[in-house]
Amino acid sequence: MTLSRRKLIGIGAAGAGGLLLGGCDRLNDSPGFRQGLASAEGLTLRAQRLLMGDALAREFSEREMSPSFRVNGNARVEDSGYRRALASGFAGWTLKVDGLVQRPLAFSLEALKALPQRRQITRHDCVEGWSAIGQWQGPQLGPILAAAGLLPDARYVVFHCADRFGETPYYESIDLIDAFHPQTILAWAMNGAPLSEGHGAPLRLRVERQLGYKQAKFVMRIELRATLAGLYGGKGGYWEDHSGYQWYAGI
Amino acid sequence: MTQQTDPAESPAPPTGGDLVRRHGLVTRVWHWLNALVVVIMLMSGLMIFNAHPRLYWGHYGANADPAWLDLEKVNRGIPFPGWITIPSDYSLADARLWHLAFAWLLATALIGYLLWALLSGRLRRELAPRLAELAPRHVWHDIRQHARLRFPTGAAALRYNVLQKLAYSAVLLVLLPGIVLTGLGMSPGMDAAWPWLVDLFGGRQSARSLHFLCAFALVGFFVVHIAMVVLAGPLNELRAIITGWYRLPPEREDQP
Repeated sequence: MTLSRRKLIGIGAAGAGGLLLGGCDRLNDSPGFRQGLASAEGLTLRAQRLLMGDALAREFSEREMSPSFRVNGNARVEDSGYRRALASGFAGWTLKVDGLVQRPLAFSLEALKALPQRRQITRHDCVEGWSAIGQWQGPQLGPILAAAGLLPDARYVVFHCADRFGETPYYESIDLIDAFHPQTILAWAMNGAPLSEGHGAPLRLRVERQLGYKQAKFVMRIELRATLAGLYGGKGGYWEDHSGYQWYAGI
Repeated sequence: MTQQTDPAESPAPPTGGDLVRRHGLVTRVWHWLNALVVVIMLMSGLMIFNAHPRLYWGHYGANADPAWLDLEKVNRGIPFPGWITIPSDYSLADARLWHLAFAWLLATALIGYLLWALLSGRLRRELAPRLAELAPRHVWHDIRQHARLRFPTGAAALRYNVLQKLAYSAVLLVLLPGIVLTGLGMSPGMDAAWPWLVDLFGGRQSARSLHFLCAFALVGFFVVHIAMVVLAGPLNELRAIITGWYRLPPEREDQP
């Protein structure tokens, strides 16, 4: 009796272990279950927004900076137009601001450098787990959007990039709360020098209260949209579409 | 069947062999919910660790910086194998989907249980060691008894012994809150909201290291916990944590 009961428990435990593993993979592939898991993202977004208000991300001093800043994502852009612009120091290049705006605008690199600048030393947190501290400089995004004049339906700011994964262009998006946050800048300089290609020349988004994949590199065009649906995979970014990473990357 | 006794109501103190109420409903529900959630958090967490199997101290840390733990050479850069991760096949995005959803369950259940344990007085009555119990002689005696697998019997088994109190307190008050807070300490959003939290741990990469250490301290607790349950009589212990009823082990003859 005792032995058989013990055996039963042993079999039960082994079975539970196997079920847990196999069951987890099956659940992982179930669209309904994934949707349930993904609903935590909205909870996290609302909770964090409630707690942080418009608080700034921590800024560091120069001596706290990483001795080397890892290049991640695409380190090179193959597009021939981009390569010509890079070779000419982005002389004829312009950043386009369009979509749901009153006045579509185009900014040369010189025009972006002539705008009031913000310089910030912040920590870049990759979704993989590593961090690097670097200095970024560029105009704030908020005044640029204000200059273009948002139409009432504008809800999202989409950053179209020059780099691609295979055939798929990189893109990212943020909402207006992050877009008008004072630390959200279009950085053209890093650690006191113009951006290198690996770090996203000529222009990289810095949205400091979110993870690294939101910091879009090689930004070519900013589009104001009412919804993210209908754009590529509809989830608001390359990694969101491709792998199911959270659109809100505050954690 | 022996008489069933509730120590709170019964006038005569229960003795060895009696069935007694051991764990209340709240404790039992939280125990099993927490056990399930912790296992899921561990397995999805190991997959997240696989994405960058290096740990650092301080605010920053990446491949060019010195790491105190570097498992990049283990198993071709995927140190934790598929049988122990969620999902089994490498996917940082899917592991985050699980981890960041179940984290809400872990944290809310923990806050709820801690509040209940505090307000109901159970934390003080059942887990706080009495001063006499903390005397080195007493602790040493309990350690020796445990090492000889001589666990308390009879009425002495009605309460947690000092080693149980210290182990359960460490899990409930240090490791579980610690793992939630170090998890939040890695969030760039929480860094803006609660900068003091990151400072408390000494930087984001320190928080990540402590998160990992808390996880493995919990694994250590789990191993000892299961071993103790098996040694103390698994059916009786399982009945207690499932139904609440526990049969007091009969007094040993050589014990007063």
